[in-house]
Amino acid sequence: MTRPFVEIDHVAMRYGGVDGTLALQDCSMNVQEGEFVAVVGPSGCGKSTLMRLVTGLWPATEGNVIVDGSEVDGPVTIAGMAFQSPTLLPWRRILANVMLPLEVTPEHRGRLRRERPQYEARARELLKLVGLEGFDGKYPYQLSGGMQQRTSLCRALIHEPKLLMLDEPFSALDVFTREELWAVMQDVWMVRKPTVILVTHDLREAVYLADRVLVMSARPGRIIAERKVDLPRPRTLETTYTPEFQALTADLRRYIAAARSGEEVTI
Amino acid sequence: MADMSPRALARYQSMAAAARRQRRLEAWLPWIVIGGMFALWEIIVVAFGIAEFILPAPHDIVNSMIRWWRPLMQDSLVTLYCTLAGFGMAIVGGVLLGVAIGSSQMVYKGLYPLLIAFNSIPKVAVVPILIIWFGIGVWPPILTAFLISFFPIVVNVATGIATVEPELKDVLRALGAKPRDIIIKVGLPRAMPYFFASLKIAVTVAFVGAIIAESVAPNAGIGRLIMVASSRFDVPLVFAGLIITGFMGIVLYWIAEYIERRTTGWATRGQNQNLAAGG
Ligand SMILES: Nc1ncnc2c1ncn2[C@@H]1O[C@H](COP(=O)(O)OP(=O)(O)OP(=O)(O)O)[C@@H](O)[C@H]1O
Ligand SMILES: [Mg+2]
Repeated sequence: MTRPFVEIDHVAMRYGGVDGTLALQDCSMNVQEGEFVAVVGPSGCGKSTLMRLVTGLWPATEGNVIVDGSEVDGPVTIAGMAFQSPTLLPWRRILANVMLPLEVTPEHRGRLRRERPQYEARARELLKLVGLEGFDGKYPYQLSGGMQQRTSLCRALIHEPKLLMLDEPFSALDVFTREELWAVMQDVWMVRKPTVILVTHDLREAVYLADRVLVMSARPGRIIAERKVDLPRPRTLETTYTPEFQALTADLRRYIAAARSGEEVTI
Repeated sequence: MADMSPRALARYQSMAAAARRQRRLEAWLPWIVIGGMFALWEIIVVAFGIAEFILPAPHDIVNSMIRWWRPLMQDSLVTLYCTLAGFGMAIVGGVLLGVAIGSSQMVYKGLYPLLIAFNSIPKVAVVPILIIWFGIGVWPPILTAFLISFFPIVVNVATGIATVEPELKDVLRALGAKPRDIIIKVGLPRAMPYFFASLKIAVTVAFVGAIIAESVAPNAGIGRLIMVASSRFDVPLVFAGLIITGFMGIVLYWIAEYIERRTTGWATRGQNQNLAAGG
């Protein structure tokens, strides 16, 4: 087996000094290159914290985080991120919003000026993929919440990151938009094969999208269970009605219930 | 467009007409209020026979303006010049310090108490020191205008930069963005609405500063003109100076507002209307 792309090794994270909140403790997980992993767990258990550690935005207080073979000791420069809120820049048009990462990443910023038309074409293509064709000249306030969230996904993808960190990106959307975006996300992943870590509260979402689902304990968080999802791809809404799918979500639901009540669970 | 029933159409048209009337009224309202104020003023002065050296009637003020137009004009230009010079310095200094305070916790912690203390000092009290340092001339009014209009700009620019959403910072930092990139790409554009809101406050208080200094150290300008006129009990001329100052204040305010609307329309078109903090 090749070396994992992301290795988290007995990591602990405490916010704000010696007697601050202990968000993570003894947390270990591995993610293979090109793998799609979902992390589920009770609210406040440290999932967003885990994202910050993997991307190097915060240093871990204990343990090691290794990404792409080297230890993380500052912000990584390769990750695309998307959050629950779209966090677009209201003074930029949609196309310029999507292209923001290109102006920042060391790899692209130098080439952007010379190859702007190619890059713009790439951004338009992405927008088309998420169903936003023709909206590139609009401002964010002219788009609905779901459309803004799609834009935010495009922004996370434009520089073709090897690592995609998604922190509940679909949770503020209505069920129909959400399910539509699952399919879009799956398409993008199947074409580009980035390594994805997706945090979600929605177990159906986790099983639909991921190769593997990790369950976290209540705070201080650590990984207490893991489920491989072997359903064939591309998965569709039909897949979610199959007995295998339902059995998996039911399993996960039991783990979460146990994690919330603080019980030990056996895998 | 789909057909509307005659009643719906009539209702729609009457609503549209009402909205148009309202917009027209809103455009005229400031002029109506100002005109009304002067009319009321004139009536009260004439009706109660108030003496000219207590409260001159608007027509006395106008006469005074016509008679003294040359000194009024020269002194207003001096005041305007000092105000704009001080205001320009306040913009440069205020933006630089605002960016520093808004982007660095260290600078914020270190400087903010001092800034607050400094802002609480009445600027009238500083003018004598400025006169000792720079002598009577254009520098005391310029520097007083600077000192008084500096603070709102600093506070607002710092607020705009310090309140960048943490998630947005995370997105950029995980791409390898340096703090400078974040300030340029996000902090500064985001601070613009705050900056312009502060300009509207700053430009009007800059006048206050310049005129205070001109009346403490009478060299030139509207402040001196008012001092001289009042020592001669030429009250209409005092009022003429005050009204011209108010007029210049409004014009500069409009200019700031116009630039604001042209450059930061995004802030008010979206759902989150940015309100300026402090000032
Ligand atoms: N910047 C911070 N400073 C101090 N404490 C924090 C900070 N961010 C998070 N915490 C604490 O760390 C714990 C874990 O927070 P985190 O945001 O990682 O949870 P989460 O699993 O993402 O929750 P949710 O599912 O509700 O998003 C919480 O108890 C929270 O109070
Ligand atoms: Mg979270």
